[in-house]
Amino acid sequence: MPELASVELLVNGEPRSLELEPRTLLVHALRDGLGLTGTHVGCDTSQCGACTVLLDGRAVKSCTVLAVQAEGSEITTIEGIFGDDGLHPVQQAFVEHHGLQCGFCTPGVILTTLDLLSRDPDPAEDVIRHALRGNLCRCTGYQPIVESVRAAAGGAA
Amino acid sequence: MISAPIRYHRAVSLEDALEALAEPDSRALAGGHSLLPVLKLRIARPSLLVDVGRLELAGVATDAGEVRIGPLTTWDALERAPELSRPELAAVAECAAGIGDLQVRNRGTIGGGLAHADPASDMPAVLIALGARLRLRSRGSERTIPAADFIVGPFLTVLDEGELIVEIAVPVPPAGSGSAYVAVEHPASGFALAGAAALARRDGSDSVAVTGVGSRPVLLTPGVGPVEALDEVEVFGDRFAPEEYRRHLARVVVRRALERARERREEDGS
Repeated sequence: MPELASVELLVNGEPRSLELEPRTLLVHALRDGLGLTGTHVGCDTSQCGACTVLLDGRAVKSCTVLAVQAEGSEITTIEGIFGDDGLHPVQQAFVEHHGLQCGFCTPGVILTTLDLLSRDPDPAEDVIRHALRGNLCRCTGYQPIVESVRAAAGGAA
Repeated sequence: MISAPIRYHRAVSLEDALEALAEPDSRALAGGHSLLPVLKLRIARPSLLVDVGRLELAGVATDAGEVRIGPLTTWDALERAPELSRPELAAVAECAAGIGDLQVRNRGTIGGGLAHADPASDMPAVLIALGARLRLRSRGSERTIPAADFIVGPFLTVLDEGELIVEIAVPVPPAGSGSAYVAVEHPASGFALAGAAALARRDGSDSVAVTGVGSRPVLLTPGVGPVEALDEVEVFGDRFAPEEYRRHLARVVVRRALERARERREEDGS
């Protein structure tokens, strides 16, 4: 039988412990181990960005991180940004500016946006497009996504 | 997709890592953005992963005429490093900024990318043009080799079993030099169909290296014109870029990289 590893994570502010095979991907640990299914598996090859979560505040593709590599780290998933008073302002901006259609890519897009805005609170359009290059959307054509991010940053959309 | 069953060891020190890597069929894991995809595809099936990701081998520092880059420095950190904002080293930050995407740059490391040795990876061309050297360590041995000698073929390096890149040393080019990296990328994968790094010195001499065009990144023969030198380089064709077209792209990126490097060079030319 494969050897199991213990992993302690701080997920959306709560300490969580998992026993898993070392080959377990972070995305599977979150979805199957902790039931956080807002993190999606899209391409499973680190192209599409649907599995993006924040690891110690930085956007990462959780299909390309082993859960054991994240030991002791702080993980934020889409479930963790919902505030006491409803949607996170970035989520609200996506609703208001039609930044999603089917919604499959949206959790990843929003978490990448949070990383971007944490470093550049007022990004120009080309900066937004560069930052979101690793998040593929097959519905919107990206224009409303860029407008949503601009709106979330407080700029004119 | 998940990798084949594998054992995992989180290294707590460089010595610990080198000890663990002495085990046959072990592989060092840094950010994992080159290694995990090949493990998931089961192209590689090592029995032990030695996670070196927590070792204190990240960061950029200038020391005695060299910029020393820790192998665990992420692409994102390279893009933002103040030491690399000077015109003579701008190629490093410029190249890092174009690798993968934000998420990949947050995790992927320069050492991991070098060890993976994808023939279309960008940074090796920059390190070769700048004359960088790599310091390699294994249990009980240490050596330093020129970046130009490190990659010997597609996904093949001179790294021996158990050997780890522990430092990338880039000599600071003469004052007033300029450097640049330009690639034409495959629009889906982002890998270079042809990439060129150029260093233009104030004395008028240049160093140019190309990537993505052959089995490994190479320095163009100095002293002859870059177009003539490029004619000597092995160029391959595939369904994305047949040989003739890829050779054309190589000429384009070499010319653009040289132009940009010369623009960054100090203008007085004396």
